[in-house]
Amino acid sequence: MKNKYLKNVCTLKFYSDKCVGCGRCIEVCPHKVFNLNEGKVELINKDGCMECGACAKNCAFNAIEVKSGVGCAYAVIKGWLLGTEPTCDCSGDNSNGCC
Amino acid sequence: MDNNNGCNSGNKLQKNAKVKIVRIKPKVTGNSTFTECESTISSCYCGSKTNKPITKYDIDQKWIIGEISTPAGMVPKIATKLTLADMWGTCKVRFGVNRMNYKINPGIYAVGTPNNNSPVLVTANYKLTFDALRKELGGLNVWIMVLDTKGVNVWCAAGKGTFGTKELLNRILKVKLFQIVSHKTLILPQLGAPGINAYDVTKKSGFKVVYGPVRAEDINEFLKAGMRATEEMREIRFNIVDRVVLTPVEFISTFKIAMLVFGIMFLINLFAVNPFGVVDFYAFIGALLVGCVLTPILLTWIPVRAFAAKGWILGLIWAVTVNILNGWPAMPEYGLLKTVAYLLILPSIAAYYAMNFTGSSTYTSFSGVIKEMKIAVPAIAISIGFGVVLLLTNSFIHI
Repeated sequence: MKNKYLKNVCTLKFYSDKCVGCGRCIEVCPHKVFNLNEGKVELINKDGCMECGACAKNCAFNAIEVKSGVGCAYAVIKGWLLGTEPTCDCSGDNSNGCC
Repeated sequence: MDNNNGCNSGNKLQKNAKVKIVRIKPKVTGNSTFTECESTISSCYCGSKTNKPITKYDIDQKWIIGEISTPAGMVPKIATKLTLADMWGTCKVRFGVNRMNYKINPGIYAVGTPNNNSPVLVTANYKLTFDALRKELGGLNVWIMVLDTKGVNVWCAAGKGTFGTKELLNRILKVKLFQIVSHKTLILPQLGAPGINAYDVTKKSGFKVVYGPVRAEDINEFLKAGMRATEEMREIRFNIVDRVVLTPVEFISTFKIAMLVFGIMFLINLFAVNPFGVVDFYAFIGALLVGCVLTPILLTWIPVRAFAAKGWILGLIWAVTVNILNGWPAMPEYGLLKTVAYLLILPSIAAYYAMNFTGSSTYTSFSGVIKEMKIAVPAIAISIGFGVVLLLTNSFIHI
C-alpha cells in the first residue's frame, strides 16, 4: 500500500517557462513528483512532494521553488517555544535526535 | 547479542588469517596525526611523501583490510563483508546506544583494487551508512569518498547542509581526488541531493555529479547499467521493515519522560487518598508503545493521513481496552474520574508520539507537519491537561 500524506499543503512551485527540460529534478525526486513529457518537465504529483528541496537546489534555471524544512515535530515545537526556526538535534550531543 | 565480547575477539583472529595487506604501513591511530613511523613492522615507507595516508585512518579497524598506494598517498582498503562487530554496532545504534557518535574518519577509501578509471562513490561518515554501502560492493573496484557529516546519515545531513556543496568541494581537494582518478565524475546518493547543488559542484571543481540510486542495494546494478537508475531505484520506500527498525529508538527516547512521570506519581502517592498503582503503570507504558511502536508499524493501514490522528485512534482503542480490562461496561474499580481521565490522556500520549514519527518518515512534508501540529498540539495539551486534573482530583478526594 502506498503511503500518502496531507493534501493541498505543499509549497512546491514550478515555473514551466523557465524550464529547459534537463530532467535533473526527475533524477533527484524520490517521489516521482515530476515527469518528462516530450522534452518538457511537468508537475504530475504535487501532493506526493515531501518538500525536501532537492529539485529546487539542483535546478540551474530557478524553475522550481519550494519551502523546505525539518519535518520533525519535536524540532517544530522547540522552534515555537524558542521563537526560532525548527532545527533538528540529530548531530548535536543531545540524545533527543529525531531523524 | 549477549556474547558480543566473545564475537569481537573471534573476528580478529579470523581476519588476521584471511587478510593480505597490499602494502604494510605503520599504524595511524585515532586522531593522532601521521608524523613518524612507529614501526613494529619490517618494511617502512614513511620517508616517501606519496606513501603517507591522504587522510587519517586507523589501520587497526577491523573493516580496514589493507592499504593501496596512489599518486596522492596511501588509501585504506575496506572489507565488503560486515563482521559481527559491525552488526553489533548497528544493533546498538538502532537501540539508541552511542547513536550520536557512531562515525568514521572522513576521507577516501578503496574497495577491491580500484585504479584511476574506477568510479567514485560519495557517502556520509555515519558508520551505519558506510556499512550499508560497503556491504553492497562485493566484487567491485571503486573509490568511496566519505564526507564529514558529523556522524549523520546522508538524508538528514543533506537536509541540514552538512552533506553539502561546500563540504563536497572541500573533500575533493583534501583527498586530492584529481590525483587519484583521471575521470571527472562523482556518484552521489540520490538522497544527498537536497544538500548539493550539482551545477555549482561542476562549476567549481570540474567534477560532474551523477545521482545514484536511493538504496545502496541497487548500486551494483546502477553501475552495470552505465550509471543509469531505473524509476524504481529513484523512488524512496517506507515499508514495514523500514519502519520497524526505527521504532526501538523512538520508544527508548521516551524513558526520560517516563521516569519523570513515575517520579511524580510516586511523590503524589506519599499524600494521596487513592494512590496510583500498577494499572496506571501499564496504561501509561502501553500508550507510549502504541505511539512509538504500534502506530509506526501499522502506519499505512490506519485510514487517516495525519500522524497524530493515526496515533490518537490506536490510543483510544488502548484506553478503551484498559477500561475493559478493569471492569467495563460495569464501572471500573478505579472509578469514573480515572475512567474518563484515561480516555483523555492515553490517546493524547499516543497521538503526540505518533506525530513525532513524522520526523522519521520518508514522505511527510514540512507544510503538512505544521498543518497537523497547529491542530494536534493544542488539542493534545488541552486533553492531557483535563485528564491530569481529573487524575489529581481522584488522587486526593474521596468520592
